Amino acid sequence: MSTRYPAGETLTRGERRALNLYLVSGLLLFILLMSFGLTMRLAQSAWIDITPNHFYQIMTAHGAGMVGTVGLASSAVMWFFLRKYVRLSLPVFVANYACFMLGAALLLGATFVGRFGGAWTFLYPLPVHSMGVWSAGAAAVFMVGYLVMGLGFLLFYLDAMRAIVRVYGNLGRALGLQWLFRGTVDPSHPATVVASTMVIIVNSLGILGGAVVLVMSLVNAYASEFVLDALFAKNLTYFFGHVFVNSSIYMAVIGVYELLPRYTGRPWSMSRPFLWAWAANTVLVLIVYPHHLLMDFAMPRWAMVIGQIASYGEGLPVFAATAYLVLTNVHRSGLRWRMPIVLIVLAIFGWSAGIVPAIIDGTISVNRVMHNTLWVPGHFHFYLLLGVLPMLLAFMYHLIGGRADEPISRGDELGLTAYLVGGLTFVGMFLAGGHASEPRRYAVHFAEWRPYDQVASIAAVLVIAAMLLFAARIARGLLRAPAELR
Amino acid sequence: MMTIQDEVGVLTLAGIAGVALVFLYVIHGATRKADAARVEARAGAIRKWFFLGLLVLGAGVTAATLAPFPIPDQQASAGTRHVVDVVGHQWGWRLPPGPIEAGIPVEFRVTSADVNHGFGLYDSSGRLLAQTQAMPGVTNRLVYTFARPGRYRVLCLEYCGLVHYGMSAEIVVSAAGGARP
Ligand code: HEM
Ligand SMILES: [Cu+2]
Repeated sequence: MSTRYPAGETLTRGERRALNLYLVSGLLLFILLMSFGLTMRLAQSAWIDITPNHFYQIMTAHGAGMVGTVGLASSAVMWFFLRKYVRLSLPVFVANYACFMLGAALLLGATFVGRFGGAWTFLYPLPVHSMGVWSAGAAAVFMVGYLVMGLGFLLFYLDAMRAIVRVYGNLGRALGLQWLFRGTVDPSHPATVVASTMVIIVNSLGILGGAVVLVMSLVNAYASEFVLDALFAKNLTYFFGHVFVNSSIYMAVIGVYELLPRYTGRPWSMSRPFLWAWAANTVLVLIVYPHHLLMDFAMPRWAMVIGQIASYGEGLPVFAATAYLVLTNVHRSGLRWRMPIVLIVLAIFGWSAGIVPAIIDGTISVNRVMHNTLWVPGHFHFYLLLGVLPMLLAFMYHLIGGRADEPISRGDELGLTAYLVGGLTFVGMFLAGGHASEPRRYAVHFAEWRPYDQVASIAAVLVIAAMLLFAARIARGLLRAPAELR
Repeated sequence: MMTIQDEVGVLTLAGIAGVALVFLYVIHGATRKADAARVEARAGAIRKWFFLGLLVLGAGVTAATLAPFPIPDQQASAGTRHVVDVVGHQWGWRLPPGPIEAGIPVEFRVTSADVNHGFGLYDSSGRLLAQTQAMPGVTNRLVYTFARPGRYRVLCLEYCGLVHYGMSAEIVVSAAGGARP
């Protein structure tokens, strides 16, 4: 099985250190932020007593932290595989990490020292209108933290863009646009390059959109005569949020494309439908964000219609191409179950299943009674917790797996069971809460909602226990540096 | 009676169960080996019909759920005698005290005095009936007809800071003709 660790993926000492920094920090942050999540669920269960002020600080840190950490860890996946095809700069990769950590420190300082509780979406004008709960200074530190993080990601994307253009000529050719209508698709054109190019394009725009609203809000925080249009700010904020979170999925899925054939023993090659899917999603992911504003009746009607139709459409191309690829590649392949492939199948299941409640909620007449209920965290935790996280874990388990081709250990089996059962129950309770019309982001829940919160708390403990187990194994493996990656 | 929430719940469960069945089938057959070309040919045939089915379903659902357009015209008044101006603020709702009658469309003109809020209309059993955003500088028109008299609740459905969870108000709807419930 030497093809499992191809020569092009060997890491130098410095590269390995940088990658370990990303991954170990990512694991630690995930565990910390999951315990923040558990704390919120326990508070809603009325099993612990924290002030609403603390609840909202924790909620802000959990949201911003999770979105950022998923971005960080999935950019490590993109870097690891993309560097096989183009020459990426190690200093830039490290600079992204440094910006992230600095930004994260600012965010945590703003929330827990400055008491900022404006949520990860920092929806204008809440950051500068807290009713005295936090200061404009705390809001400014939070927003500067985001800007620093965004700068790191932008640097990383610019470097990747430069490197891709050097090899492929331009971004269109890297996306494979030249084969959409005619010509023979080069079967060896790497999916990694296609996905990376798409992410570079959309997420640079997403981050720039975020930067615009952040800078305008910052100016407003100190010069209150400079007023933003609230609806415009909301558009930019959700454009940024939607594109950023989706880009993380698209970076993490690179690992699926690369690792799948190594564990099923079935190679797959580039095809025209696959290129179409990524080209279509490049456009769709940029125009779909109005589905976050379906209850803003002042939005133009055409934007709402795009929001609904693009929600149906965006779910489809890349997701369907990927799910189809994984299912047909796994089916009757005669594979032997190993951690990475189990996690990949779990991830694609979580992504597929999580899309169901998400797409239904993209319908305006459903959104009217589901928007901003717990239905929403229900569907996004579904494809983040049971989709993206398993993709990231699959990548990490692959890194630490030896040539020995170890079968799944008892411990890992236990971890998988706890993660799946706990994860499904946890997201199920959010969805059940949404079905019961419970609003999201309530520090205090009515008594009749508490049973859901309590079951979810127990389920979250299971997830965290599993995550601790995975993280311990992975961290040990990474720090021990397997011979084939040296 | 099935509420929208119930329909969505059933659809979601059915969809997730369908996805799970496909995965279980594939997982079940994963460790046996068959010719890749054969698997691909069969899957390719299924794919064509599956996508065609999805496309037809998507187009059908889009047409059925967008016409008539589910959001009232924002430029013109609904032409009802019940117009209710609602202002959300940190952390409460300003609603006129006047009576609201069941069976007549009510036009809520919703805005905010400070940050974003969400005007969520709940019945007495805690079910969400309709909502719109309450936003500074913008007035959103929500039209709703209360089928039955009774006590209804307004909860905030957009995060607005420290007391977001406590931002509620009551709306009393009287029987047609004005009798209090
Ligand atoms: C054990 C795991 C987790 C637990 C217990 C947890 C718990 C929670 C809770 C209780 C909320 C607030 C729900 C509410 O609105 O009342 C929340 C929100 C959120 N979670 Fe998680 N979560 C977990 C994992 C994750 C993961 C893996 C991600 C992303 C990768 C994530 C991203 C978010 C985001 C973005 C929000 C929205 C915050 C907001 O509304 O401002 N969570 N989570
Ligand atoms: Cu509010």
